[in-house]
Amino acid sequence: MLAQIEGSKAIAEAVARCRPEVVCAYPISPQTHIIEAIGVKVKSGELAPCEFINVESEFAAMSVSIGASAAGARAYTATASQGLLFMLEAVYSAAGLGLPIVMTLANRAIGAPINIWNDHSDAMAARDTGWILLFAESNQDAVDLHVQAFKLAETLSVPVMVCMDGFILTHAVEGVDLPDQENVDAFLPPYVPRQVLDPDQPVSIGAMVGPEAFEEVKYLAHLRQLDALALIPRIATEFSESFNRDAGGLVRGYRMEDAETVVIAMGSVLGTLKDAIDLRREAREKIGALGITTFRPFPEAAVADALRSATRLVVLEKAVNPGGRGVLASDVALSVPRSPLSSVIAGLGGRPITRASLEAMLARAASGDLPAVTFLDLDEAAVAAERARLADVT
Amino acid sequence: MFQIRIHGRGGQGVVTAAEILSVAAFAEGRHAQAFPSFGSERTGAPVVSYCRLDDREIRTREPVMVPDAILIQDVTLIHQVDVFSGLSATGFVLINTSRPAADLGLEDFLAHFAGALATCPATELALEHLGRPLPNAALLGGFAALTGEVSLSAIDAAIRERFSGAVGEKNSAAAHAAFDVVRGGVSARPD
Repeated sequence: MLAQIEGSKAIAEAVARCRPEVVCAYPISPQTHIIEAIGVKVKSGELAPCEFINVESEFAAMSVSIGASAAGARAYTATASQGLLFMLEAVYSAAGLGLPIVMTLANRAIGAPINIWNDHSDAMAARDTGWILLFAESNQDAVDLHVQAFKLAETLSVPVMVCMDGFILTHAVEGVDLPDQENVDAFLPPYVPRQVLDPDQPVSIGAMVGPEAFEEVKYLAHLRQLDALALIPRIATEFSESFNRDAGGLVRGYRMEDAETVVIAMGSVLGTLKDAIDLRREAREKIGALGITTFRPFPEAAVADALRSATRLVVLEKAVNPGGRGVLASDVALSVPRSPLSSVIAGLGGRPITRASLEAMLARAASGDLPAVTFLDLDEAAVAAERARLADVT
Repeated sequence: MFQIRIHGRGGQGVVTAAEILSVAAFAEGRHAQAFPSFGSERTGAPVVSYCRLDDREIRTREPVMVPDAILIQDVTLIHQVDVFSGLSATGFVLINTSRPAADLGLEDFLAHFAGALATCPATELALEHLGRPLPNAALLGGFAALTGEVSLSAIDAAIRERFSGAVGEKNSAAAHAAFDVVRGGVSARPD
């Protein structure tokens, strides 16, 4: 059903149709309308037998999700920014225990300085946790990725985080085709846990593992991530056959057919980027974009394959790796070690990434004038003044 | 693509207005995108929201910087915030005020503006119909009259979808009244 709906509420609708059995969240900032809308549905009985558990912190939210999932329930939660950092210890545990929890991460900056706006810094903190990280380009994409996320998580027994740009997507009202309940039911069978905590048949999970086996446990987790790289495209194909639209997968190219310069990016900036690329294409520049949908596990082979004919790469990302190029840029560089690559850091702390700025970036890239690392739209005068002031002090 | 920027103060329903407008356009088969300027939602503080309407998919996520229409819910903002920033010279301006446009001190702006400007006493109309000084729904009726981008009936339906029962009824009545005021009094530049 096509609806003009706020991003957060669209996610709540999609998650509701996935029939979660336990939703646990810390319902105060940083949080979105997703949890509020799901809370209303649970209270009205619409999601029965789903239980909504209100807790005192994000650490508790993830811990309760772990308990619920281990007891055999389909578990969902959502967080953002500092909330993710506060739950991070339990985030690692969920992956280590192989529990198929699905979590929405409404991407926001990490302080200090205090900032509530969008960027991808929070997701970078979860990069190596063992969760699968998917990035949505639009609210339609975010809805569709959630439906796929439950299937992916439960097939592999691995938790999945769906990242969507905080505010830019979560607070945007736009048309979204919400999946029908019967289609979701046909696509996503009820959760059958691999093992269940059951008082009648007691087992321990998460017991101590010593040096004699810890590495093997972690290696098995590594192999499961490689399995994910094979499964994600299959689930995307199945989704597309069931719902008649494309979503998910590892990477998605845009106007890549003869592209010499390719911009690699994740999330909602791809929309503005595509508009900018269309304009540069009119000026006969051979430019394309590669959207990274699956950020973890990083699809090295798919990225290398998509970029095999490109001669110049620009990695545009909303997170900073102080002193180095961006995290995504490093991943792409490992996938295509011989291609010249520029790392562009942009949109930090909610700074709008405008089409004009992207066009200027593309023009510089096309003329080979883009440095190894650039911060887009930097206020150079403010930076110079602060550097001068600090030089005076030291 | 038709781009709208709405200026008002926290508590006046600036974000809700953009959302209702997008719902109205969506109901008429168009693509629509509404979103707030984030982080400034404090009662009384200047707040901005955006809406885009198009016949094809809207992909951009940048703020509306070159609007085709500007809705000003609070007239005290016109000399405090650069409300006309980026406005197309042939665009539309709708200001919530009971004063005539000539009394607003906008001579400098009007000297370079070839579009259509209208004023509408939306707060007074809201007080009359709702009993509360919430001008947002009324102004959307004025927007329909001024630009023709959406129909009054679509605005009416979107208002009732957002506010059920008597509140929807009263907001809708205010929007109809504002539509009539603006349609009767649109001045392409008060000379």
